[in-house]
Amino acid sequence: MAYLQGSFPVARRRQLAEGFWDLWVCCPPVAQQAQAGQFVNLKAEGFFLRRPISICEIRPQEGLIRLVFQVRGEGTEKLSQLQEGDRVDLLGPLGNGFKLLSPQSRVVLVGGGIGVPPLLQLAAHYGPAATVILGFRTAGAAILTQEFRQLGCDLRLVSDDGTLGRQGLVTGPLEQRLLEGPAELVCACGPMAMLREVVRLAEGAQVPSQVSLEEHMACGVGACLVCACRTVKDGREIFSHVCKDGPVFDGKEVVFQ
Amino acid sequence: MNLSVNLAGVTLKNPVITASGCCGYGREYDKLYPMEKLGGISAKGTTLEERMGNPPCRVAETPAGMLNSVGLQNPGLDAFLSRELPHLAGRDIAVIANVAGATVEEYWEIARRLEGTAVDIIEVNISCPNVKEGGAAFGTSCQVASQVVAGMRARTQKPLMVKLSPNVTDITAIARSVEDAGADAVSLINTLLGMRIDIRTRRPVLHNNVGGLSGPAVFPVALRMVWQVARAVKIPVVGMGGISKWQDAVEMLLAGAQAVQIGAALFSDPYTPLRVLEGMEAWMAENGVKELGEIVGTVRPW
Repeated sequence: MAYLQGSFPVARRRQLAEGFWDLWVCCPPVAQQAQAGQFVNLKAEGFFLRRPISICEIRPQEGLIRLVFQVRGEGTEKLSQLQEGDRVDLLGPLGNGFKLLSPQSRVVLVGGGIGVPPLLQLAAHYGPAATVILGFRTAGAAILTQEFRQLGCDLRLVSDDGTLGRQGLVTGPLEQRLLEGPAELVCACGPMAMLREVVRLAEGAQVPSQVSLEEHMACGVGACLVCACRTVKDGREIFSHVCKDGPVFDGKEVVFQ
Repeated sequence: MNLSVNLAGVTLKNPVITASGCCGYGREYDKLYPMEKLGGISAKGTTLEERMGNPPCRVAETPAGMLNSVGLQNPGLDAFLSRELPHLAGRDIAVIANVAGATVEEYWEIARRLEGTAVDIIEVNISCPNVKEGGAAFGTSCQVASQVVAGMRARTQKPLMVKLSPNVTDITAIARSVEDAGADAVSLINTLLGMRIDIRTRRPVLHNNVGGLSGPAVFPVALRMVWQVARAVKIPVVGMGGISKWQDAVEMLLAGAQAVQIGAALFSDPYTPLRVLEGMEAWMAENGVKELGEIVGTVRPW
């Protein structure tokens, strides 16, 4: 598969919650190749390094991809200022997406905070067959929940402060779901501590898991080797690279610290 | 118009080379454009044995640049020769093996084992700031640098291009030492040692605490050093450090570089090397320059 780089127009832009932005970018060649779980590397005007942003939705027919991101620093702040009609320099689609089972498969998708967006395209593949467990800090920081509901997913929400769904961590509903009945795959994206617990619970229930990791990047294509993450391959601990070997890894491969 | 250059006996069809550590072994950017469009590729720094590299975080953004502390992560010389070199060998691009040893003897052993391979040029990395043993330690002492090069010279016929560290008081002294020891060319600069601190955690951004600065921010420093070294040695100089546009490359040539390497700019715009080539060609046409050699080192200092 080829990588594509170019300048593409922002088709739609809106704010989802305080600090969370939603951009639809019209880039047909990327939309036609992209898979759920892949990302793009965006140039923020005035900054040297690109910003990796996960792909939230893909509409190949319309040539659109959807990018939902959180303002974390000056670069993402700059990206949040893009207006409809502005062009954004984008490199993608990058990395490996989530494994796709047949759409009827009983899967569990677990997302925490800004880890939620890459799960939406995945949820669209499974629809009602998916149990989707999302955790947010507070109701005001919740994003995309209606869209998972509209896909017919079995949606279970938690928040740190109890203002949305049950108070607590995603691990509670995950444990419960794994007790309720069989699951063929757990896919998760969120903070490392959350992913560690998700993989532990999935392993306990003998369910395979896939996790999407995050690390500071430069090239985004596997050339510079800065986005290292600890993994085990053939019984040996090595540094893999989130951009090229991931961002989606088999849960068993990841060394959580 | 002739863009080709002869670098230590090796013909490059144009003077643009991707810098070591910034383009792996060419596989990644091959997915954007064929690497054959470039004059050469300097492959990821290779050591005798596999190296894990440093723990993350390995990168920090800086004004007009970045710090990295990868720490020479690589699969080792055998894997380079068996798995990576075949992907580049026989293609219409000069293959430069960038190599580093943890000891002087390791450099010598690497030279011995590269003899007879498809590698066109050996770039001797005596300037990596991110490894504890060796690395820049070899590039900051004239005596050790000279010992490394002399021993390699005795073990290989391949052109030796020594990559110099800017983290020294007088880079021309090191350049002269390696020239005297038998180097066929020098390339400079490697990254400048730098640091960032996260004021929230009050800890360095990089897990290695310090790292190498690259990107447009370092260009004037690199240009100054290329100019100084080009006047101090007779062997060819390859200029690098912060080149991000064709004008930078022309400045490097005027300062005395025969070819240029492009590194960190790839991360900002993967097409930088091609844009540099196009811009240089247009500039040559406009200025009636038929051969690149005509302008090398022709800056008229005040």
